[in-house]
Amino acid sequence: MGAKSEPTATRVAYGEALVELGEKHEDIVVLDADLSVSTQTAKFGKAFPDRFFNCGAAEANMMSMACGLAATGKRPYASTFAIFATGRAYDQVRLGIAHNELPVRIGASHGGVSLGEDGASHQMIEDIALMRAMPKMTVVVPADYNQAYRATLESYERDEPMYLRFGRPATPAVYDEIPETLGEGVDVLREGKDITLIATGHMVWRALEAAESLKREDGVDAEVLNVSIIKPLHSESILESIAKTGVVVTAEEHRVVGGLADAVRQVAAEQHPVPIFAVGMGDEFGVSGTGEACMEHFGLTARGIADRAREALLLKPIVSHPPLLGRDWT
Amino acid sequence: MVAAVEAAKAHPDPDALANLALVRHLHPVPDPRPPTKEAALGERAPSIAELERWATILRIECVRMLAVAKSGHLDSSLSAADIVSALYNRVLRHDPERPDWPERDRFVLCKGHAAPIQYAALAHHGYFPLEDLMGLRKIGEHLQGHPDMTRTPGVEVSTGSLGQGLSMCLGIALALRLDGLEDTAHVFGLLSDGDCQEGQTWEAVTAAAHYKVSNLTAIVDYNHLQTDGTTEEVMDLGDLRAKFESFGWDAVEIDGHDMEAIVEALERSRTLDRPAAIVAQTRKGRGVSAMEGRFGFHGKPPTPEQAEAALEELMAKLEEQTAALAATEGDS
Ligand SMILES: Cc1ncc(C[n+]2csc(CCOP(=O)(O)OP(=O)(O)O)c2C)c(N)n1
Ligand SMILES: [Mg+2]
Repeated sequence: MGAKSEPTATRVAYGEALVELGEKHEDIVVLDADLSVSTQTAKFGKAFPDRFFNCGAAEANMMSMACGLAATGKRPYASTFAIFATGRAYDQVRLGIAHNELPVRIGASHGGVSLGEDGASHQMIEDIALMRAMPKMTVVVPADYNQAYRATLESYERDEPMYLRFGRPATPAVYDEIPETLGEGVDVLREGKDITLIATGHMVWRALEAAESLKREDGVDAEVLNVSIIKPLHSESILESIAKTGVVVTAEEHRVVGGLADAVRQVAAEQHPVPIFAVGMGDEFGVSGTGEACMEHFGLTARGIADRAREALLLKPIVSHPPLLGRDWT
Repeated sequence: MVAAVEAAKAHPDPDALANLALVRHLHPVPDPRPPTKEAALGERAPSIAELERWATILRIECVRMLAVAKSGHLDSSLSAADIVSALYNRVLRHDPERPDWPERDRFVLCKGHAAPIQYAALAHHGYFPLEDLMGLRKIGEHLQGHPDMTRTPGVEVSTGSLGQGLSMCLGIALALRLDGLEDTAHVFGLLSDGDCQEGQTWEAVTAAAHYKVSNLTAIVDYNHLQTDGTTEEVMDLGDLRAKFESFGWDAVEIDGHDMEAIVEALERSRTLDRPAAIVAQTRKGRGVSAMEGRFGFHGKPPTPEQAEAALEELMAKLEEQTAALAATEGDS
């Protein structure tokens, strides 16, 4: 294993880390549904052909096979695009994997709109919501190659069912090294006092850029959190930061319904209500274009995050010192 | 059972109490013990007549369970009783003392809604106490409406969503192959008409042929009745045997209530070098004449009157079978 400093796709880390895991652990098996070059599991398949099952374009069968393999002592990694892993095979994942609490890892690549040209039929923007809603399922979205490598290695050490979301495009490094652990799944990447930017996956490096521009153009000190484990969400880390800054912008390449925004809002609404603005997909499907063009189209950019932050900052003094409405009784 | 009885008493419900009274006076089924695992391993394989008698006992348990639970799928369970009896009492290599024995054969009830028939077999083999059967579908009890591997000993994987079971069986078969047990441990999946209507089953059939698994048998409980009518009306499955064969499986068709044919087909299936399908022509509700082969009972528990009539018929059958067995034992 070696850290990467140049932009690299998170799915590449998944494929390479699987090979490392395969060398160490006999009980790992990998399944794919005719997308092994895209999901990068072909590397494992080449190294360990006996433990690689290409199921063809039959995702439901693949997920239930993974259930059977895990029920018989194996540690399966089942891979396809995020759209098919969660959309086509939801019921299979639910009953066979989550309900049985089996150690199956769903390695879903091509999450979000950044897969680009294939368009709406392939751009999965509600997978985090589906997997978050599913009991017993852990949801992991790494930010870059280095963290994705660790996430894959670490998944072997855990016992619960896991959904791992990877992306198609090369994405800039956020971590200099392969981090030693995902920890609780929330890392403070930059400290600040004025506003908290909470991002996941491909939006993390964009949030860091947004923080730079807020500093440069507005003199605002933004704190940046990377959430790599969206469920279970480590609420202490989130609350600590929002108690300090009092206002939040979340950013995800996903619907704002059911994803990171809602996860953060849920915690905050009960324990420390503050204004929380979201960057993400509204009530809309993806479109064709290059990955970067699609991100731009939906405002999933550093600029998009910074603009939302400026709006949120406008609200902050009002919410912290609510104006008196109606008659003054004093 | 205790919890169920207490619950019934705590909330007097005339139906539940009547049903309970109905099934309790029959307990226990007049039989010593199910054939031991050694018997199943061949030391003293139970005879065809004994297996038939066991099928009747399993049917009786199903009627009782459903009468008390007042919920569940009775005719679906009865349809599969002969196949399940043959499996648990003779064909499967299993050991209730060690449900996790790695080399055991695996049985998966793909048609999970027929859970009572599997529960009856598991209880009679000592996977859990017979009394537990009366807790079927009750809050706080382990016998869920559909088989649940996380709660019930002897259940290999959870089922209940049609179409998933055969894929799960294939996963198990491949894991056994990786562990070098392909020639030792066999996987038997019991499918229904509905399972065969689900596209996923044919994904699994395709994949099993592709991987050339030799330790997988799919038995189809082809009773031609589903929730909304006959399969011919709702969604005709046609010649299932030919379909399996055309996918590269070994496939035979048998009468699913002919015990000799069932045992022969099951035992033959484990000797093959490719996946095996046994299309068993069955009659839904088999053994209870008011239900047998008739539409309108799917997912409906028996009324107290229906349960009483069913038990009377089945008990008479059991007595007849017991007497015949005693006579042949006397002969030898
Ligand atoms: C995926 C799925 N769809 C629908 C159901 C609801 N359902 C339960 S049993 C059944 C059909 C029962 O008929 P059949 O499959 O022929 O079973 P059997 O006759 O052996 O009872 C259906 C549609 C289900 N359990 N799973
Ligand atoms: Mg049927």
